[in-house]
Amino acid sequence: MSDQILLGTRKGTLILDRTAGRWTPRPIAHAGMSISYAARDPRDGTIWAAMDHAHWGPKLSRSKDDGATWENLTQLAYPKGARFVEQHLPTPDQTAEAPTTYKEAALLKVWVLAFGGKEQPGTIHAGTLPGGLFTSRDGGDTWELNRPLWSHESRGGDLFAGDATSRNEWGGTPAAMAYGEFVPGIHSIVVDPRDPDRIFVGVSCAGIIETRDGGKTWQGRNRGMLNDYLPNPEAAWGHDPHFVTQCPADPDRLWQQNHTGVFTSEDCGQTWKRVSEPDVAVHFGFPVAADDRDGQTAWVVPAKGDDERMAVGAGLFVARTVDGGATWQAFREGLPQEHAYDVVYRHALDARGDRVCFGSTTGNVYISEDRGETWRNVGHNFPPVHSVRFA
Amino acid sequence: MPHVAFTRHLQRFFPTLAEGEVPGTTVREVIDELERRHPGFASYIADETGRLRRHVNIFVGEEPIHDRVRLGDALAPDARVFILQALSGG
Repeated sequence: MSDQILLGTRKGTLILDRTAGRWTPRPIAHAGMSISYAARDPRDGTIWAAMDHAHWGPKLSRSKDDGATWENLTQLAYPKGARFVEQHLPTPDQTAEAPTTYKEAALLKVWVLAFGGKEQPGTIHAGTLPGGLFTSRDGGDTWELNRPLWSHESRGGDLFAGDATSRNEWGGTPAAMAYGEFVPGIHSIVVDPRDPDRIFVGVSCAGIIETRDGGKTWQGRNRGMLNDYLPNPEAAWGHDPHFVTQCPADPDRLWQQNHTGVFTSEDCGQTWKRVSEPDVAVHFGFPVAADDRDGQTAWVVPAKGDDERMAVGAGLFVARTVDGGATWQAFREGLPQEHAYDVVYRHALDARGDRVCFGSTTGNVYISEDRGETWRNVGHNFPPVHSVRFA
Repeated sequence: MPHVAFTRHLQRFFPTLAEGEVPGTTVREVIDELERRHPGFASYIADETGRLRRHVNIFVGEEPIHDRVRLGDALAPDARVFILQALSGG
């Protein structure tokens, strides 16, 4: 159980402390700056925030004194020669056989951070736009692009060396459109607690990719995935995971909220099955949280989508499964059931012990202390919430 | 030597940043010198490919610089350089 929650919001980083049964926010940090993700490194206690400044560019910020002071870091950057195959949004005058064009990568956004294993102090991973996985081995002072994933055959091969030698299968994500670009992004990084060299990353839009050797080689893991928007729904690539996570106590169990439904894997990502239940409106959404003890239990916050992207029927609810996705139960007590237009972003739901917390685009934060069955509002007037993480 | 002035917003990240003379014959050289004086400064102005950030403006006199890709605009010895955030980013 954790008595602290970190919020990454459109206007800064908020730390909420639980004292005498109440959750109280401290004065905002990084005031006025958009924070795409905030989390605490469980190994050394450092708090991390990914700043997404509109003028001065994306930067990481860290606090080694529990949020009292922050240090901004500028080292995370693409190396010279890191190119990618450009995606072009369809235009009326587009020809069928447009030539492949390349673009030099520049950091647009740090979308997610993940911490290495207990036996790897100082190892931190960052997922970025455009489509990069960066790793630091020294607590965030220096960062290195994972070249095997950047140069994966699903991206056209080694574009440091020359032009594409294979077809690029990574598509752009709408989340990049705010930056005026249409590029892929890495939003999920799952480090297996049994073996920190086994890592899954989630890519919008490509799918799930796994390494078992600490990032030297990578394999697509999309078997069983269904993309209703493709002529072949079972294609190897072209999937749109919104978020992927793992049960720490039952690490063979992965959960994935995808554009095309909720999926789960019982064999550590080797095969997936769709476990949506559209009858109870569990299908579209962005986040999914795994229970930290029971692999059969997970939570989602469904949205009406993808045509509306609002709370289903303007009533907010959280759905929980306790049987591996076979059935879902919706919980609404304490959540608004009229005129709720909240959407919960992919990193804005978290579970720890009996506590579950989420924040919305409308600046509402809700917490449950009974495994998602009843909810209490922590604040109605926060900025739009990008991330929620128990600290 | 060119005279360089800044938006005060940059002092949030570089508290000792002050208007004054900075040696350089091009905008790039001035930014490189500012990076030496204030490590990390260049990454606030330009991305890692060297391009001026989308929502940052640099003026020489009253003219916006022409070369946003390499910052190659030449500077006269008496040039006045202004580094500002663009209204577009607000």
